[in-house]
Amino acid sequence: MTKSELIETLAKAEGITLKAAETAVNVAFQSMEQALIRSDRLEIRGFGSFKVKNYEGYKGRNPKTGELIEVSAKKLPFFKVGKELKERVNGSTPPEPKS
Amino acid sequence: MTLTKAHIVENLFAKNIFTKTESAQIIETLFEIIKQTLERGEDVLISGFGKFSVKEKNQRRGRNPQTGDPIMLSPRKVVTFKCSGVLRERINLGERDG
Repeated sequence: MTKSELIETLAKAEGITLKAAETAVNVAFQSMEQALIRSDRLEIRGFGSFKVKNYEGYKGRNPKTGELIEVSAKKLPFFKVGKELKERVNGSTPPEPKS
Repeated sequence: MTLTKAHIVENLFAKNIFTKTESAQIIETLFEIIKQTLERGEDVLISGFGKFSVKEKNQRRGRNPQTGDPIMLSPRKVVTFKCSGVLRERINLGERDG
């Protein structure tokens, strides 16, 4: 599903115009982007949470050429799936570990 | 500060298109659609933000981290998120240290 399909599905489900649904989808993801850009935590109950992790720079190698390269420090958002979604993708019941 | 659904509802309400109740309902439905899509095993791709996908994990041997006892972990599905290059750049262009 792409963003435009999400907009169409939302418009149909809520009985609103495509333009209104587009605004809603944009507001939602822009709010989330802004939080991540500020390195704020972000939590959507039942869906999941995001946290920006800081990675320190390190010396690595280009796996193709073996050349030594400096990998600079970076930030990456990390997504942790929420309990409800985790259970739902696994078919309502959480998986029971077999012994 | 933590951004929650309530903040997103507030931001949508501020657009002066919907009432507060409608805004809350629409945001609720939006995330419900995403959840249903992932539940079907379908990816959700939001350009400029990232991609949510469902990955199948095979059964594997693991250990109880508390007791160290070996256990068999059943096959399961996990939701993963891959940040878009655009968002990744914007996050890294922001202040170096948050």
